[in-house]
Amino acid sequence: MKTSTRKGIVQAIGFFALRAAMGLVLAVLLLFLYDIGKKGGGAISWEFLSQAPRRGMTEGGIFPAIVGTFLVTLITAVLAVPLGMSAAIYLHEYARQSRLTRLIRLSIRNLSGVPSIVYGLFGVILFVNVMRFGTSILSAGLTLGLMTLPWTITASEEALKTIPNSYREGAMALGATKWQTIRTNVLPYAVPGMLTGTVLGLARAAGETAPIMFTGAAFYLPFLPRSLGDQFMALPYHLYIMATQHHAIQQVRPLAYGTALVLIVLVLGMNMTAVVLRYRLRRKQR
Amino acid sequence: MSNDSHPVKIKTENLDFYYGQARALKNVTIGCFEKKVTAIIGPSGCGKSTFIRTINRMNDVIPGTRVGGRILIDGQDIHAPDVDVVELRRRVGMVFQKPNPFPKSIYDNIAYGLRINGLKDKRAIEATVEKSLRGAALWDEVKDRLNDNAFALSGGQQQRLCIARALAVEPEVILFDEPCSAIDPIATAKIEDLIERLKTDYTVVIVTHNMQQAARVSDYTAFMMLGELVEFDRTGKIFTAPAHKLTEDYITGRFG
Repeated sequence: MKTSTRKGIVQAIGFFALRAAMGLVLAVLLLFLYDIGKKGGGAISWEFLSQAPRRGMTEGGIFPAIVGTFLVTLITAVLAVPLGMSAAIYLHEYARQSRLTRLIRLSIRNLSGVPSIVYGLFGVILFVNVMRFGTSILSAGLTLGLMTLPWTITASEEALKTIPNSYREGAMALGATKWQTIRTNVLPYAVPGMLTGTVLGLARAAGETAPIMFTGAAFYLPFLPRSLGDQFMALPYHLYIMATQHHAIQQVRPLAYGTALVLIVLVLGMNMTAVVLRYRLRRKQR
Repeated sequence: MSNDSHPVKIKTENLDFYYGQARALKNVTIGCFEKKVTAIIGPSGCGKSTFIRTINRMNDVIPGTRVGGRILIDGQDIHAPDVDVVELRRRVGMVFQKPNPFPKSIYDNIAYGLRINGLKDKRAIEATVEKSLRGAALWDEVKDRLNDNAFALSGGQQQRLCIARALAVEPEVILFDEPCSAIDPIATAKIEDLIERLKTDYTVVIVTHNMQQAARVSDYTAFMMLGELVEFDRTGKIFTAPAHKLTEDYITGRFG
């Protein structure tokens, strides 16, 4: 009786500590969202969302930045999604598990921890200078794509790992080729997980500043990019300028908060899409 | 070895198998007769599952493994360079230890093997699905819910579904790797009945750790230990008058 009471108390303390930790994290997040929502909410209007900045970015909206972020994320996706998924399929389904593949996997994990500014500088050298794409939306998108690749590969490989081997063996025992097995009896069940990880990686890319500031993002452009060779405005870079580089920082503060709010809503929206997507695809299979 | 009017369907000659350095099969020479049930018994780790998985080359997919000796099916060496392993696996079906239905409908599970083998004609697929489910004695239980997910079936039904799935691609041999180890006695009895009937059309090899099961369903029994074939004979002979002391000790439960 006595020990069981003590066990009960220890358990109660343990649960309390876990709940408190979770509550703390949640509280910080909510406080943060509330603050930005309160200070940025006033700036949001149809004009703000649909027009270009005016009068030295002290008035007007952020439409070019919204479009720019959307387009650069699209380029990122075009590079990172097919390449990342294919690499994961190769690594998990085809490559012999050797010291080399372990080394490759370790390198990929490490690449996902490389600071984004390093990717940015790498992008300047490779895409802007060596490949002569110039400072353009293409260079920026490819740089973000490189940065996202390790995430896509890792997430996709994790998704493939969750598919029981019995699906593979069962299909092969019926006379399916390796590729038939993967295509018809592995990928359909792995894709929801692969997509979730991928969209999360893309959402992270959409919010990055460092990789795009030297590779293609512009301080101010009154027009939208018309080709892959054009520069573009992007929400995170615009926010950085409005918050720290502007000549009338006090005056544009509400606009900066408004930009932050739009960026956060965009990224959270992408994350929510990932969750919904996974839920939908999973349910369709049942 | 006792003679039989049936020809030998599967013959292994001095079969060796290695996982890396570990030798899991040693010099196994055995002949499984056509349209007979051959049971492989032996204590855990004796190599019986390894043995059965060499027959449809399922072990090929495990890295670091190596085969020595020969396996002949209808006199053809299955490791010969001109043998298509995909076609071999279609001819030599396999039912696994744990029922492994795919997360699809009952219908699509059976149709899977047909579709990957290129069959597109809907009516032909439909006919084969029914025929296979009847062949696996499952039709009456599932005919009204072919579009339900296969996971909704009981364990025993799932295993019969896997048998039906194997039947659908019209194999010549069916390998059973401890098919009843994960299901209850009543479901086991049904599968044993089924195996009994399958041998009119198919050559069956079954690995089992259940000696009663081997005695009930098989015509021939091989007793293996530590990767070696100890004795192979008619099931009646193995269970009543084994030639080897080890076999006798095993079937009388002195070890295992």
